[in-house]
Amino acid sequence: MAKKEEIIEAAKETAKKVAVKAAQKAVEVASEVVAEAKEALEKAAPEANAKANANAIITPEMAKIPAGPLELKWTNYKNHQKLVNPANKRRLDVIVIGTGLAGASAAASLAEMGFNVLNFCIQDSPRRAHSIAAQGGINAAKNYQNDGDSVYRLYYDTIKGGDYRAREANVYRLAEVSNNIIDQCVAQGVPFAREYGGLLDNRSFGGAQVSRTFYAKGQTGQQLLLGAYSALSRQIGKGKVKMYTRYEMLDIVLIKDENGEPRARGIIARNLVTGRIERFFAHAVVVGSGGYGNTFFLSTNAMASNGSAAMQMYRHGALFANPCYAQIHPTCIPKHGDFQSKLTLMSESLRNDGRIWVPKKLEDAKRLQAGEIKGRDIPEEDRDYYLERRYPAFGNLVPRDVASRAAKERCDKGYGVNNTGLAVFLDFSDAIQRLGKDVVAQKYGNLFQMYEKIVDENPYENPMMIFPAIHYTMGGIWVDYELQTSVKGLFCIGEANFSDHGANRLGASALMQGLADGYFVLPYTIQNYLSDQIGVPRMSTDLPEFAEAEKAVQDKIDRLMAIQGKRSVDSIHKELGLIMWDFVGMGRTAESLKTAIEKIDALKKEFWSNVYIPGEANALNNELEKALRLADFIEIGRLMAVDALHREESCGGHFREEYQTPEGEALRQDDKFSYVGCWKYMGEDKEPQLIKEPLDYEFTERKTRNYKN
Amino acid sequence: MDQYIDIKVRVWRQAGPKAQGHFETYELKHVFQGASFLEMIDILNEQLVAEHKDPVTYDHDCREGICGMCSMYVNGHPHGPDSAITTCQLHMRKFHDGETITVEPWRSRAFPVIKDLMVDRGAYDKIMQAGGFVSVNTGGVPDANAIPIPKPVADEAMDAASCIGCGACAAACKNGSAMLFVSAKVSQLALLPQGKIEAAARAKAMVAKMDELGFGNCTNTGACAAECPKSVSLANIARLNREFICAKFKD
Repeated sequence: MAKKEEIIEAAKETAKKVAVKAAQKAVEVASEVVAEAKEALEKAAPEANAKANANAIITPEMAKIPAGPLELKWTNYKNHQKLVNPANKRRLDVIVIGTGLAGASAAASLAEMGFNVLNFCIQDSPRRAHSIAAQGGINAAKNYQNDGDSVYRLYYDTIKGGDYRAREANVYRLAEVSNNIIDQCVAQGVPFAREYGGLLDNRSFGGAQVSRTFYAKGQTGQQLLLGAYSALSRQIGKGKVKMYTRYEMLDIVLIKDENGEPRARGIIARNLVTGRIERFFAHAVVVGSGGYGNTFFLSTNAMASNGSAAMQMYRHGALFANPCYAQIHPTCIPKHGDFQSKLTLMSESLRNDGRIWVPKKLEDAKRLQAGEIKGRDIPEEDRDYYLERRYPAFGNLVPRDVASRAAKERCDKGYGVNNTGLAVFLDFSDAIQRLGKDVVAQKYGNLFQMYEKIVDENPYENPMMIFPAIHYTMGGIWVDYELQTSVKGLFCIGEANFSDHGANRLGASALMQGLADGYFVLPYTIQNYLSDQIGVPRMSTDLPEFAEAEKAVQDKIDRLMAIQGKRSVDSIHKELGLIMWDFVGMGRTAESLKTAIEKIDALKKEFWSNVYIPGEANALNNELEKALRLADFIEIGRLMAVDALHREESCGGHFREEYQTPEGEALRQDDKFSYVGCWKYMGEDKEPQLIKEPLDYEFTERKTRNYKN
Repeated sequence: MDQYIDIKVRVWRQAGPKAQGHFETYELKHVFQGASFLEMIDILNEQLVAEHKDPVTYDHDCREGICGMCSMYVNGHPHGPDSAITTCQLHMRKFHDGETITVEPWRSRAFPVIKDLMVDRGAYDKIMQAGGFVSVNTGGVPDANAIPIPKPVADEAMDAASCIGCGACAAACKNGSAMLFVSAKVSQLALLPQGKIEAAARAKAMVAKMDELGFGNCTNTGACAAECPKSVSLANIARLNREFICAKFKD
């Protein structure tokens, strides 16, 4: 019996072993199969991805471009869009980030309509946003000068100035509402310059053959912003806008709707005085946070101007369009030392009367560089007015990108006029002779004074020295015709979006676009979105989405504070700026851009392992603020280089040295690159995906830009 | 020609609104006179950060004299010894080798210190909210050339409107009065036909808010205009008084 049992036991044991073995084998085989499948999948993925890339297209329908002829699109849109009735407006909250021309005008207009607005700015007062520093003027198609201007001509100049890389429908709308802006500002009490007859005066700006620029001395941006700030103040006083000064948005909160679609429902912001992280809910979020020119450290932007809001949108799925389109302004005061914190712009309006030149003879340039002679010592016949020579039709008033490159060309050849060899002259001696010193002083006095304070030299007696500097970013967050990003309920206005300037912005058009977006476009288009949101109740900021977003922000701050390395934030930012200027600057090549990407990747490691931030996170801490912004500038710098590398053509502010005409002019590749390059975030340290919005020119013939005849 | 100079900077340090403040003196060697005053403070802060000390907190932004953010009392003057400029436009060539430079925040009852050289100027915004505007909504306004405005009037309004709201006038005033700031806005809008309609009500509302917020009375000494970085004229105060008295008579 015992034996039988033993035999059975043994048999069971054997069977078990066999079974285990078989199972093991099966598992092995299965895992092999899985591994193979995985390998095959991995192999296939990039191809599939690449295929998806090639096919990732934004159609005019997706961009919500209205049907119909160009001049009726905006009218048609307004006639058929959905509106929100007054009773429902009261129940809807809108967050507006920024108080520049776009942000302040949008916040004021939305509040006037009846929406509840929460408006945030990083400065101590909404009046200080960097729009205030715009000097020269604002364009409009009024044709008050009877010189042949029209909405169509402003549209055409803008499209052409942008090197045919902007959307036709958007630009036409911009030109259309330009006239309303001037009316609105005059009604607010903006003291534009006037003629003796009491009517408004105009002057000329680059890229136009008409005088359509309205101005208020050399302080046009200030006066327009104070107009918008007044309108905003009125709404704050009425309680329709709740103003949060010295607050910085650190993230946007997305909450899924009943169909699982994420919608922008609020923000996480840091109170810059107390360091407290706070949560805010709204039915929609509008971002007017300006451009990202400070990626270059030295730019004409204000010290606190930054690209972090754009990066927050980008990380949540909003597309970053044409990041490589950055404008280099030809007339800035040249750099004078390593301690330099920013570059100062000299208004483009100076090119109305100032003539740009360098010496004809190299030996004169050498003596200027050595400080042996001054500009006024060089006789007329030895001066090379190179813009008038190369571009007889537009002369000193060619668009900014053309003027900047021409200055670089002369300086590269050794004709620079100051000790660094990186400057050209902007000379008023002709104008002073023709008009008299008093008239010149009346027109440009404050600019001359500004120049004299910085350079310690009198520009009435000796020509000004100028050199190009980063000034504006045409690229930005992709928006549809309604100014909505690819995230539902998230809107982007002003310089922060990519919309209207193509590859190059004309002078006096930034003010126009900021105010067009804020006063006359967004307040309409946002209603098309909000009309569907009237049933959405105000949500609690205790929701898990808010808690998670706040925790992520807190973790990032903790991580930065914990590094305790050896380098100051500014020292790393200056290094980034040099990489950008040297390799992603005025003349780019495939090689320089690849170098830039490598260097930026290395700098990112350096930043995240060796930055030193003093003080506490939960208190006022300027160094922490700067570090948070720099972390994003590093990512933007890389994205700019990636975009510039992919765009194998020269257009507007983007100049690839491989693509130029024999005369050194930008050479577009319309057959390959006539599209908006939109980048989709794919995760930390992953390459972004390219999505294209083709620019099919339906109404305007594309030409090579010609400013010669 | 600009040289390199060695200086001492005596800076007001104050950890918070309620903390006791004190002066701290720092030595800076080899400062280029072509540097702006704020770039000098940047250099000082880089030095402090390298020594793991708390950098000096101060307001600044545009650095081209227009945003009105920078607000320092330098050697006893708002925006420093040079005239008609802001601190960010002040350059080190105004100082000499071996000099000790004293830097303080605005000191005025209505502008409490937040930290070091940073103050709270929210009171100016509140005055603006009380009436510093023309009551028009966006849209539905007449053509910009519908009402001609004589050039001298427009120019005068522009001069008044050039105020940058920095607060130097109130900081310079012994009484901490905001008269120059208020009068500049009242003047700009009262001069223009668009703003005339509400001129009396505006003057009353803004003056009442100014008094409520703790600004003092006008001293008539003119320190405000002398220190104003944008040379806003005392004539604006006369115009404000006229508007204000007219408004009172109408009551």
